[in-house]
Amino acid sequence: MKHTLKPSQYAVLIAIMLTASVGDSLLSRGMGQVGQVDLHHLGLLWHALFNPFVDAGIVLLIGFFACYTTALSWADLTFVMPATAFGYVVIALLGRFWLHEQLSPTRWAGILLIVCAVGFVAGGPSRTEHHELDTMDSGVGR
Amino acid sequence: MLAPQIIRVWGSIFFVSALAVAGEVLIAAGMRELGDLDDIRAKSGLVGTIRAVLTNGKFFIGALCMALNFFAMLFALSIADLSLAAPAIASLTYIGNAIAAKWFLHEKVDRRRWLATCFVAVGVALIAH
Repeated sequence: MKHTLKPSQYAVLIAIMLTASVGDSLLSRGMGQVGQVDLHHLGLLWHALFNPFVDAGIVLLIGFFACYTTALSWADLTFVMPATAFGYVVIALLGRFWLHEQLSPTRWAGILLIVCAVGFVAGGPSRTEHHELDTMDSGVGR
Repeated sequence: MLAPQIIRVWGSIFFVSALAVAGEVLIAAGMRELGDLDDIRAKSGLVGTIRAVLTNGKFFIGALCMALNFFAMLFALSIADLSLAAPAIASLTYIGNAIAAKWFLHEKVDRRRWLATCFVAVGVALIAH
């Protein structure tokens, strides 16, 4: 049987792509406002918790971890991995079209490779068939 | 860069990557053991699902590895340049995950997935530069 995904499972994969990249960007922006944290200024970490960008970033990264573990419960690690990498593409495209940063040809090449990787994996089955596990999942043999 | 320093930098990069691979593979193994979380949520509700995940031994050790990975990453960044450490760790982690998924999780890593893994590893390195 080929393991195909339900629309809700595609939504989880898209959430993985977006939450990690946007969460990291928000954390980066928030910590930029808080200032440099070092051993002599550890109190700034407490201060950072009151920054709305840091808070939003933490919420999104918790959401990422929840989506990631959920995806691993019905898909292979090697299937989910390219989805996590797609976050790099989202960050680069956000930089290009939102912050109007220049992307070098090298970065465009990187984006193209990751997009191809996601395409390769998305076209295949999401999960390796393990006969014993599948038997348990279907309830046969209980 | 002197030879001992190169060994130190690359040793820390490999160590951080190994911790990330161990964490991700253990979490994946734990999740596979639990089965589809949507089914568990339908039976036990959200609280029951969270409890099932957090009390899974493999997930717990995997999460611990990821926490250690975070601190090891901070150490690696203190001795290696970000422009070298970040893409190197990310790329090694993707390749290490594919190898570990084949060996330990017995995933069917066919040519399509190997190609995707290599593309991701090179793509991440190119974007980070």
